[in-house]
Amino acid sequence: MFVKRHDASSHESLKIMETVVRIVNVDFLAILWFGLWALLWIIYFTLDAYTLGIGMLYPFIQKHEHEGRQLQEAVGPFWNGNEVWLITAGGATFAAFPLVYAEMFSMLYVPLFLILFGLFYRAIGLEFMDKRPYFFWRKLWMWAFFGGSVIVTFLLGIAFANMFYGFPFTAMENHVNLMQLLHSYGLLGGLTFVSLALLSGLLWTNVKVSGALQTRTRNVAIYFWLVALSLFSLWMVGTVNQTTLFNNYNRFPLLYGVPVLAFISLLLVSWFIIKNRGMLAFLSVSLTIVLTFATGFIGMFPRMLISRLDPSASITLYEAHASMLTLTIMLIVAGVFVPIVVAYQLWAYRLFSQKIDPDEAKGYS
Amino acid sequence: MPEIVLLSRLQFAITIIYHFLFVPLTLGLILIVAVMETRYAQTKNDLYRRMADFWGKLFTINFALGVVTGITMEFQFGTNWSEYSKFMGDIFGAPLAIEALVAFFLESTFIGVWIFGRHKFPQLRAFAIWMVLIGTTLSSLWIITANGFMQHPVGYTLVDGRVQLTDFAAVVFNPYVWYMLVHTLIASYIVGSFFVLGISAYHLLRGQEINFFQKSFKYALIIAVIASIFAPLTGHLSGLNAARVQPIKAAAFETIWESGSRMPFHLFTLPKFGNDGNLIEFGAIPYLGSFLYTNSPFGEVQGLNTVPISERPPVWMVAWAFRGMVGLGVLFVVVALYTWYQYARKRLFKARRLLKLLVYMIPLPYLAINLGWVVTEVGRQPWIVYGLMKTTDAISPISIGEIIFSLVGLVVFYTSLIVADIYLLMKVAREGPEQPLSAEGGRIPSKASAHTASDAPGH
Repeated sequence: MFVKRHDASSHESLKIMETVVRIVNVDFLAILWFGLWALLWIIYFTLDAYTLGIGMLYPFIQKHEHEGRQLQEAVGPFWNGNEVWLITAGGATFAAFPLVYAEMFSMLYVPLFLILFGLFYRAIGLEFMDKRPYFFWRKLWMWAFFGGSVIVTFLLGIAFANMFYGFPFTAMENHVNLMQLLHSYGLLGGLTFVSLALLSGLLWTNVKVSGALQTRTRNVAIYFWLVALSLFSLWMVGTVNQTTLFNNYNRFPLLYGVPVLAFISLLLVSWFIIKNRGMLAFLSVSLTIVLTFATGFIGMFPRMLISRLDPSASITLYEAHASMLTLTIMLIVAGVFVPIVVAYQLWAYRLFSQKIDPDEAKGYS
Repeated sequence: MPEIVLLSRLQFAITIIYHFLFVPLTLGLILIVAVMETRYAQTKNDLYRRMADFWGKLFTINFALGVVTGITMEFQFGTNWSEYSKFMGDIFGAPLAIEALVAFFLESTFIGVWIFGRHKFPQLRAFAIWMVLIGTTLSSLWIITANGFMQHPVGYTLVDGRVQLTDFAAVVFNPYVWYMLVHTLIASYIVGSFFVLGISAYHLLRGQEINFFQKSFKYALIIAVIASIFAPLTGHLSGLNAARVQPIKAAAFETIWESGSRMPFHLFTLPKFGNDGNLIEFGAIPYLGSFLYTNSPFGEVQGLNTVPISERPPVWMVAWAFRGMVGLGVLFVVVALYTWYQYARKRLFKARRLLKLLVYMIPLPYLAINLGWVVTEVGRQPWIVYGLMKTTDAISPISIGEIIFSLVGLVVFYTSLIVADIYLLMKVAREGPEQPLSAEGGRIPSKASAHTASDAPGH
């Protein structure tokens, strides 16, 4: 009896195993990793948008020293953790899709180094500017923080607009120069990301600080929103006309929900600004960023590097992925650690959830 | 093409060494700050809080540069070494991604908690700093795991001319990794402890904050003595291991050209330009060469001449870096033990020349640890992945203009950042700690009253 049941159950489990193997083959894992890959980049863009935005606003939005310290404290505990999402996204590209990592990073050589230089100065500018009291020191690092943030935001926008647009490479010739990336669609993508980051930074400041600075951010938010909305709309029109992204959408029209929601979410920002609901306004613009990049990544699928010259030369996830074993191990590691990371980052956000008072802000001194 | 290889290597060497000017202090200093925070949590003595604040501030200035110079490393494998990335992607990417997930998030999030939360949530201070310590240490584990595969490939097969993972445990438990990791961590503790010793000595010489810097000095001295004794031991074990799995690299340490047993060690050697023998060698210590490689004075050592010239590393660079590292390592043992001796006899604070020496010693452990990595990385040449891929085959199809652009940019911008960083570290180190809090919560202005307040527990 016992033996029989054992046999039956082992037969049963064998069948389950077969099914699992049929579903969880390497292509399935690779598709799952494409989703995770897109998700990691999206988290990075969304989180760093407010830090980059505050970097770009920093010299202009503050009227007193203590307001500068408020701004520093609004990003101080978080910016470094946010930037690690970039490193994780880069590392995941390398681990899960080595071919994409190698081609994408060498194709975007010059913009990536400029982004790198920008990342140096925005980080060091932010941390160093208040460490010495001298006028020259403070101004120097303040503008470093500003300049670094502008370069990173604009060039990341251009780089990913080009990811969506495609690169002029063939199977034989895979070298692209900077000027080939600076077409109108790329530049518009850069400007759109700049405007969204500015709006995000402004609204994050509004949420985090109290006093005159908060009022000021609230008063100007609607103008930033108008600019963001115009650029976003233009860029979306460009996406429809100039890229192949919407082929996937025409195949599965339900997917149109994603860009439509991105647009609605951006419209809602203005409503929340007018109603003075700072947190909801910030979350809406963040959702817009999430859905905008999601729109791009969905349109790329299953391509990871799009060739404009020869569609068959495009690199798809099926040819770029790592081995089944590596993908499985990385999936387990990500499955365990991404929730842990998210949990303690949320804990840190809660820890510093109190409004930053102009008289108590210490900044990076 | 050869220029691009050369410039890519130059760029990698510059960026990794710049990065490694900050990493060892991060690894070493965090240990000392964590000890101080733990003491503060245990005793609630405000002196320990001030110690953690002061050394912690120096830590954060250094850490910021470590973070920004680290991102370059991750980008560079793709931008400049794309053929390598394609070849190695299945194995090399995973440790990098795991490093970010497991280590970078931990250190970056909790350093933020520490910097901005230490006054608001003092109960979290020790916890936050220990999380940073765990993060930085895990980070060194994963990056050395990645490097360990390049030194001694394990747990893989070659599929379509690319490395494919077959055994993840073998990659993680690669013995080469653990030898390098322990030796690197110990060397970093030397960097951290000599940093604290030097700055403390500077203030002790001037009679500033005696109590504060005496205590700091004591902690650093304990770590310096232990670490500098263990550095040669772990170094010897690493050498034995290198001799087992990378005999040609090991032969380059000592410029042994012909295989043989009972080999001496030469204190000074100058290899020929042809990389096929020694031009000059003197100062032979009999049997030491064999001992270093085999743990036996009579052991058999494989010479460089057993492989063609095209498979030998630039021997002079490896040999000199090795001698520099070992010589400095011996110096650290002597200085640490002598300082301990003076300290135990309670004569340290009269030994002004020793204190002065300690101030000037600060850069030397940095030099030693970087020379150690020159031995490891240059010694691996001409291979980028030992025995599997040559460095010349690993580069990206980029143009000479692009590499000159990035190289010049990196050198100029890194140098500007490092100048600012060292300036800031020196300024903050010289200023000394903040004054302690008085009973009313304000700062006590005069230095004279500082001792009584800092000794009183219960702040």
